[in-house]
Amino acid sequence: MDVAIIGIGIHPFGRTEGVSGLDQGVYAAKQALKDAGLEWKDMQFAYGGSWAAGEADSIVKSMGLTGIQFINVANGCATGGSALFSGYTSIMSGAWDMGMVVGFDKHPRGAFAIDPKILGLGSWYGEIGLMLGPKYFSLKIQRYMHDYGITNDTLVKVSEKAFRNGVLNPNAWRRKALSYEDIANSAMIAHPLRQYMFCSPSEGAAAMVLCNSKVARNYTNKPIFLKAATVRTRHFGSFEIFTPSLPLERAPSPTVQASQDAYELAGVGPEDIDIAQVQDTEVGAEIMHLAENGLCKDGEQEALIQAGETEIGGKLPVNTDGGCLASGEPVGASGLRQVYEICLQLRGDAGKRQVPKKLKTGYTHVYGIPGVSSVTILAK
Amino acid sequence: MSETVKKQIPIQEGLFTWPSDDPRLIASKCKNCGEIIFPAQSNCPNCCLEDVESILLSKRGKLWTWTVMGFYPKSPPYAGPDTPETFVPFGVGYIELPNEVRVESRLKENDPEKLKIGMEMELVIEKFREDEEGNDVMIYVFKPVEE
Repeated sequence: MDVAIIGIGIHPFGRTEGVSGLDQGVYAAKQALKDAGLEWKDMQFAYGGSWAAGEADSIVKSMGLTGIQFINVANGCATGGSALFSGYTSIMSGAWDMGMVVGFDKHPRGAFAIDPKILGLGSWYGEIGLMLGPKYFSLKIQRYMHDYGITNDTLVKVSEKAFRNGVLNPNAWRRKALSYEDIANSAMIAHPLRQYMFCSPSEGAAAMVLCNSKVARNYTNKPIFLKAATVRTRHFGSFEIFTPSLPLERAPSPTVQASQDAYELAGVGPEDIDIAQVQDTEVGAEIMHLAENGLCKDGEQEALIQAGETEIGGKLPVNTDGGCLASGEPVGASGLRQVYEICLQLRGDAGKRQVPKKLKTGYTHVYGIPGVSSVTILAK
Repeated sequence: MSETVKKQIPIQEGLFTWPSDDPRLIASKCKNCGEIIFPAQSNCPNCCLEDVESILLSKRGKLWTWTVMGFYPKSPPYAGPDTPETFVPFGVGYIELPNEVRVESRLKENDPEKLKIGMEMELVIEKFREDEEGNDVMIYVFKPVEE
């Protein structure tokens, strides 16, 4: 038995004045139902998440009060992946046959403001200016560039690709290509990362209808099968966000474990992945996550990216919809935006940004505070 | 007329020894597996046991990684003495204390040209801001060792 995705929906990412995050979630949920030819009352379960735009299960007010099992999911930026994992296990366990996962968010302008106490850290940590997302990513990529020879030129090229892909994505926020100079000369946010190398908090929503694969073809002739879904948290010694000390012996990140376990569940290896979405909070994260997800060895990213292999026309297209850089980061939604894109590509429905090569197997990866990773493997 | 004596108060009790002529960061070390955690905590996140002892960390080490923060941190939770108008970029890094642990810290250097992985750094305690009573609120920072 497998889990199939038979309906997908999305609300444009970016900024939509006058539409609440909840309403964006409702929009995506309704679109996913329409895509599957189903109604809300056909859903036996739902999982959903939002960091800042309300309780996800409040969408029942607009969708319909049916008594459905609806559970809210919260795992930072890994929320979407965790919600999908929850839906996956609901069906795999035999508890239910048909349900929905939804994620949405609507963030104010500016960087995320996080209270250290919610993570069990002393308030002093935030008072002295350490409670900043960009700080972690810059510290991590700075060390990685030192260890593996990734160049600033490669950072710029990853950013260029993101905005170039965003032009081809009608649901992206940033739809204007930026030149190499625009990016390389943009303001330094946290050395070595500049303004156009970072995503920004934004708005958006995405939703999926899942079902027991036995009935999938009753609803669609293009089911996408969820071959694996995993959620893993950090081991002692991995370099995570908001970590006041690290032991001398470094442990692999939660992404590595989530990834390895997903390959094993799906019965495939990295060589079988035709297209991937990896968390690109900033360009360094996209680069490092390629290796953490087993898609290349540490350091190989330099040659891969310089040769254009992660472009839409390359050997391993990565973040073909423009990723977090072009869509922004609505925390509850991003993980499901990634799955939406892979489904679209596997169905052959990605329009101007359709990957030209033959596609069978796709991969998604999200990473969130305080060190949680979720991976899915999807196949035709 | 009485005068209030201005005090120097650590931003958080238990982070470092203060007042002291030889201030040190306070960490916990697991008696079972030997792993060191800063700030100190009562259990070991490595082996999950609750058998730790308090230790004082070395004050010199090598810069393991660094960055310079170029924007005024969101406030709250930031509670510095500066404003968006008076903000000056500040360095942050992890300092590898030999045979102990890598600690995250603000740095007393904010010029990217002067920060290099591997450079020697040493601990200092300095004033971060004043509190409502006019006392100095003290924090730990690492500064480059002048050879």
